[in-house]
Amino acid sequence: MKLSGAEIVIQSLKDEGVEFVFGYPGGAVLHIYDAIHNQTDVEHILVRHEQGATHAADGYARSTGKPGVVLVTSGPGATNAITGIATAHLDSIPLVVITGQVTSAFIGSDAFQEVDSVGISRPCVKHNFLIKRAEDIAETMKKAFHLAMTGRPGPVVVDIPKDITDPNNKIDYEYPKEVNIRSYNPRLQGSPEEIKKAVELILAAKRPMIYSGGGVVLSNASDELITFADTLGFPITQTLMGLGAYPANGENFVGMLGMHGTYEANMAMHECDTLIAIGARFDDRVTGELDKFCPDAKIIHIDIDPSSIAKNVQVDVPIVGDVKHVLVDMNKELKLSKTKPEAKALETWWKQIKKWSTGDCLRYDRNSALIKPQFVVEELHKVTNGDAFVTSDVGQHQMFAAQYYGFNKPRRWINSGGLGTMGFGLPAAIGVQLAHKDEMVACITGEASIQMCIQELSTALQYDLPIKVIMLNNRYMGMVRQWQEFFYESRYSQSYMKALPDFVKLAESYGHVGMQIDKPADVNGALKEAFAMKDKLVFMDFITDQTENVYPMIAAGKGHHEMHLQQECIPVQSSDRELA
Amino acid sequence: MRHIISILIENESGALSRVAGLFSARGYNIESLTVAITEDASLSRMTIVTSGSANIIEQINKQLNKLIDVVQIADITEGAHIERELMMVKVDAAETASRDELQRLADIFKGRIIDVSDNIYTVELTGEGEKLDSFLEAVDSESIIETVRSGAIGIARGNKSLQV
Repeated sequence: MKLSGAEIVIQSLKDEGVEFVFGYPGGAVLHIYDAIHNQTDVEHILVRHEQGATHAADGYARSTGKPGVVLVTSGPGATNAITGIATAHLDSIPLVVITGQVTSAFIGSDAFQEVDSVGISRPCVKHNFLIKRAEDIAETMKKAFHLAMTGRPGPVVVDIPKDITDPNNKIDYEYPKEVNIRSYNPRLQGSPEEIKKAVELILAAKRPMIYSGGGVVLSNASDELITFADTLGFPITQTLMGLGAYPANGENFVGMLGMHGTYEANMAMHECDTLIAIGARFDDRVTGELDKFCPDAKIIHIDIDPSSIAKNVQVDVPIVGDVKHVLVDMNKELKLSKTKPEAKALETWWKQIKKWSTGDCLRYDRNSALIKPQFVVEELHKVTNGDAFVTSDVGQHQMFAAQYYGFNKPRRWINSGGLGTMGFGLPAAIGVQLAHKDEMVACITGEASIQMCIQELSTALQYDLPIKVIMLNNRYMGMVRQWQEFFYESRYSQSYMKALPDFVKLAESYGHVGMQIDKPADVNGALKEAFAMKDKLVFMDFITDQTENVYPMIAAGKGHHEMHLQQECIPVQSSDRELA
Repeated sequence: MRHIISILIENESGALSRVAGLFSARGYNIESLTVAITEDASLSRMTIVTSGSANIIEQINKQLNKLIDVVQIADITEGAHIERELMMVKVDAAETASRDELQRLADIFKGRIIDVSDNIYTVELTGEGEKLDSFLEAVDSESIIETVRSGAIGIARGNKSLQV
């Protein structure tokens, strides 16, 4: 088959089984767009800003486990995509981002719309390529998908100069069946010796704790994790990125951990004697002050990326491997073992954890005359039977969504955990809804975040995506305001926007349905009404209590046992320890 | 502690910037960095001299390994090894006395005078970094016009080797 470079780009996508390309045309990619025009296998989704394209592809990838594909032009097209690429990089999401580049002869001459895309993206990609010959396109595309999807997944940028895609230069095309990168062989199986050591440690534990993260979701190891936790009967906490891998309504779940985790999860972290970290990377928002982290624990760490191990926290049993493979082996080993977990010690441990949870650290004022953001999230859970795909932006609403929605399945909770990218939620919801046409998709957002990618409302209309935007409108950048209240004596520097649009009219002008809800009594009914509109995007503007803060909270420099609980803001004393 | 890390890396454009970028992005030290092609034209060999705690060196090794273009890595300071650096020094040698002195010093340090012009001698010297430092200290500092050093390269002793 003889094809032009532009046609090879598109044919490679077909051969990879790509359904959607999220993109925006421009000079350097016009040949490729012409090739898109002549086919129907790969559907192009036209966004309104390249950042939206990367987030939409990212939402598609997170919700399906397949790679998200992006096509943008050179220069500003590529730089606009960077935020989305960095977002995917920090959360290890597989993307293949094709950026146009100026004609080879012009590279380095400060040509129109020229930017060193490979140089700019280098620190925030898993790998990137600059293609120099049309003959190299197919192999490079194959490599790009392989790198994005295997090992620790991540974004891969493929930069293609315009002349390489020349429609008049037809060359032989064959998509490679296999890919060989001599320096890249991610290890899937964990070392049997280390697994044996881990199992011995696990079975001897008196106060065990499972801490699982986004790696479990990425390796599709939810079932194996459930078997692992439930067979052992060990308490399990999950990171923001890991939510849903073990169901929130599962009997051993003690809530999310970290800065806004539950009191019981964080206390159990602090007091445990054996910590089993699975596909989690000891992020600073999870560990709090490192010197105070899990002081009594032997630590087992399972991760596919060797550089994640012993990066922030030294561990006793490192297991490099794919979470799914390692958990399968561990579950086997546990089944064969004659030793069983220490029932008596475990019972005492659970008693202590139950005691910590009696404080109901997620309580809030349910009789408030103002709408509490937590209440909206809880009602959303009810109306959607806890079965919606929920995307979020970044800030207080993101934490409320994580704390109160209760995710029971993996890949349902789609948020920018690592980079914390405001503007992520709406375009991500577009990618999710495209991949799941008949499912409920809600974007929980705030009035500040939503404005960072609000233009994508137009994309949602073009492709008839009935997303429900749940905007918790407190007229502040809520998380900034919260930190200013706590740590800057309530000097609310630049965290309040004096002018906000009329969001109902704005939604309507984009061709959607807008609603404003300002009474707690109307919340449930409005949500039901919105979700009953199955073919409409409904933009719901919930006017919430401006003073609400996210609790519990661990302040910077504090340990897991030093949480602030509720409005009184009283640090919990660790003197109520009862354990020997 | 000081470490010499040898890297076999794909001989492709941008490979060097991936390594240099990694060091600056993560705040690791680079004392010196040298790179050149190997007997296998598809591979370059890079030598980085760096320093840091055991944890940092472990992370440097892991992060380098994570770069797709990096094929092999060895921290040659972990075992017996040979280290060399090349230096060329241009020295003012207008006076006969200073010429004799320079010739003597070059002999002592097993260096060679590789270029002579009216008033200037250029000395070539190879050795470990400390030896080169000592030579510079021994030469009258006011007479030194220009110094260029290659940065260290190193190789493990015996049958240990870095190859694909």
